[in-house]
Amino acid sequence: MPTPALPPQGAPDRSRRWRRVRRAAALPLAALVLSGCTVPGFGASAGVTESSKSAFHLWQGFSIGAVIIGALVVVLMIYAMLRYRRKGDHIPVQHQYHLPLEVIYTVVPILIVFGLFAATLVVENKATANPQTNVVVNVNAFQWGWQFLYPGTHALVYGQTTQSPTMEIPVNTNVHINLTSTDVIHGFYVHAFNFSRYALPGVVNQFTIRAQSTGTFFGQCTQLCGLYHSLMFFQVKVVSASDYAKWIASFNNPADIAAAAAALKTTNAELASGVASKNTYTKFGR
Amino acid sequence: MTDVLDPPVHVEPHDGGHEEHHGPTGILNWLTTTDHKVIGLSYTVTAVIMLVIGGLFAEIIRGQLATPNGTLVSLAQYNELFTMHGSVMIYLFAGPFAFGALANIIVPIQIGAPDMAFPRLNALSYWLYLTGAITMLSGFFTAGGAANFGWVGYAPLSNSLNTPGAGADLWIGGLLLTGFSAIFTGVNLVATIFYLRAPGMTMFRMPIFTWNMLVTAILILLAFPVLTAGLIMLYADRHFGTHIYSVAGGGVPVLWQHIFWFWGHPEVYILALPFFGMVTEIIAVFSRKPVFGYKGMIFATLTIAALSLGVWAHHMFTTGVVLLPFFSIMSLLIAVPTGIKMFNWIGTMWRGQIWFSTAMLMAIGFLFTFLIGGLTGIYLASPPLDFFTHDTYFVVAHFHSVVMALVLAGMAGLYYWGPKITGYLLNEKIGKAQFWFLFIGSQVFTIPLYILGLQGMPRRMAVYPHDPQWKMLNDLSTLGAVLIGLSTVLFVVNVVVSWKKYPAGDNPWDAHTLEWFTTSPPPHHNFYRLPQIRSERPTWDHNHPEHRALHHGEHEPAHENAGAKQ
Repeated sequence: MPTPALPPQGAPDRSRRWRRVRRAAALPLAALVLSGCTVPGFGASAGVTESSKSAFHLWQGFSIGAVIIGALVVVLMIYAMLRYRRKGDHIPVQHQYHLPLEVIYTVVPILIVFGLFAATLVVENKATANPQTNVVVNVNAFQWGWQFLYPGTHALVYGQTTQSPTMEIPVNTNVHINLTSTDVIHGFYVHAFNFSRYALPGVVNQFTIRAQSTGTFFGQCTQLCGLYHSLMFFQVKVVSASDYAKWIASFNNPADIAAAAAALKTTNAELASGVASKNTYTKFGR
Repeated sequence: MTDVLDPPVHVEPHDGGHEEHHGPTGILNWLTTTDHKVIGLSYTVTAVIMLVIGGLFAEIIRGQLATPNGTLVSLAQYNELFTMHGSVMIYLFAGPFAFGALANIIVPIQIGAPDMAFPRLNALSYWLYLTGAITMLSGFFTAGGAANFGWVGYAPLSNSLNTPGAGADLWIGGLLLTGFSAIFTGVNLVATIFYLRAPGMTMFRMPIFTWNMLVTAILILLAFPVLTAGLIMLYADRHFGTHIYSVAGGGVPVLWQHIFWFWGHPEVYILALPFFGMVTEIIAVFSRKPVFGYKGMIFATLTIAALSLGVWAHHMFTTGVVLLPFFSIMSLLIAVPTGIKMFNWIGTMWRGQIWFSTAMLMAIGFLFTFLIGGLTGIYLASPPLDFFTHDTYFVVAHFHSVVMALVLAGMAGLYYWGPKITGYLLNEKIGKAQFWFLFIGSQVFTIPLYILGLQGMPRRMAVYPHDPQWKMLNDLSTLGAVLIGLSTVLFVVNVVVSWKKYPAGDNPWDAHTLEWFTTSPPPHHNFYRLPQIRSERPTWDHNHPEHRALHHGEHEPAHENAGAKQ
């Protein structure tokens, strides 16, 4: 139907309507984006570190998309099953192609995928960033336990299976982790950090965590490492800066100092032998 | 002798319809046969036995996890059980069932060929597979027990220092044998599809199942040799003093992961594509419509195959030694062709006449289960999300949704094509009961595992003393596993109850493709006559000449609307 030319005031009318639509759509969207806590967690939890929270928000975003797309597909399937169940012997129209439709469900998913990828990149660059920091922990995984060494101090903690060791770190501080393994591959995983990284023999994996609340958090090995894999536990205790300083200072008797020095020497010897190499992720777009 | 008839008229074969193959019968026939149908049947029976064995391992695993400090098996036995559960299901059931059993039987008939291109090589494939299966499983009878380093066999856990036993060597040997079996089957399928198609069967008139098997076979040829090389290097590390995967001699442990997943991710599609093909055929036949977006479907398959060769390191995001964005976008992109398939399957049902036979129910069960597995896979393509779900039960739940979908599809395939090869239908009532057990069991089994993974339960844990509150969800999952087990029992019962009871006839489903044009079971060289092949549905075109598929924008002529013909 040919439409008459719009009167001069038609354009502002249309843009006003658009603005209203945009405002109506923007409100819930903004609410959804800004208040991560009102959006359901879809089974995951926010965790206690900066990057655990951004990973959690990314999780929520992916989940909203998955629920919408999943619901659309399920509704279409159930509708088709109910509406087109066999009612007689007549043969339905033998349609085979509908190009515009096929183009739509090719192009729209591509756009969605690039949207998801963009969101992924933002969060990923945060999760793999290695900012400057004063607190460094060398984490050494072995069958079947953990050693936490604090270079520059005399602090050294280790333990295996049932005597699981505790790694103590200060709150609201970037803590740099150098992670490696002395034997097979292990997985350093703390649920409250929403994060895991392999401990690879011959490789030092580096990452930074910044815990935002104090408490003791459970960690364990996630990569199958042999017989006692199921019991390879550790704890991460996040404490205030002053408590952390006190804890570090408590390693002051000669036995502690000797043990820490020996452990550091072993690690450094491994690194110097060229067997282990430092490694960080190559970042994208920075 | 095969005649191509144009126009199709019935012509008696030269020997009066009784062209018989004169050869040994009984056990000697089974041992010496090169007939693709007999070999395919051997594959089917062996693969289903493997499914049952792998399923029994799964039931023991779920029994152990029913309590936080389970004592059903020891820590060491538990490691053997999940290793062999994964190995049996992936190496000895899913793959051989798809390309050894169903493809072997169906592909030559679907393209109007008398047999596979290399019948003796085909027999060799089967015997290699059977030998490999026995080799791998015999690890249980060695002093140190079966392989216990997970089905992925990560170095350096799998070296001779950390896993000294003979079970590990038998695992490597078994995998090499089944690997060669797969490679030979791949060669055979490619040659058969390229050279033995009946006159008129152009590439774009091949049924989707055959197309998917062609792509699968090409993927096998690209991926399996890499695994074979990797396994030989692993064996050399274990016994000949090389240091390819060990740090001590200057080797790189992560190299094994690269090699393994360079095979392992295409392998995911080597497993999945055949089942996608089965479901595509079944949904079209039971909706009484052509496959919606036939050409789009083929391009989607090709795209999946191409992408699958560039995504392996998404299994290695948490190693810290791979380029994250590349493997992330490549993995995310696989969602696109997979989505196209999903919409095409719905499009095929749209405005159809859906007949809810057991095969169709199983195929629809596949759609639902695969939807869950597919959507949760998208999360894992995003490194930050993979960082906190990797090696937890979330991943276990994701790939079990996918493989349970494949089991549903495989069952659909058995109910759909079984009658063609045996000549007898299975009982539909027991079949539908089996479907509900299998479908509901799959969801009850997997959905609690997603939640457990998000709550932080790592995989491959024999005990979870630290978090006894996980018991409830684990018990639910165990219940699901029991339901799945019962569905398998129902299947066996169905085979016994229906034994030679319900004759199928040539074309019980009013199906589309060539295999339904010949007798059930087909004669020794499959066809006495062939219909005209002018589309991917020659049998349908022959039976319903006035109901050919419509092009885009084409409408049904008025006279055809009037006559509702059967």
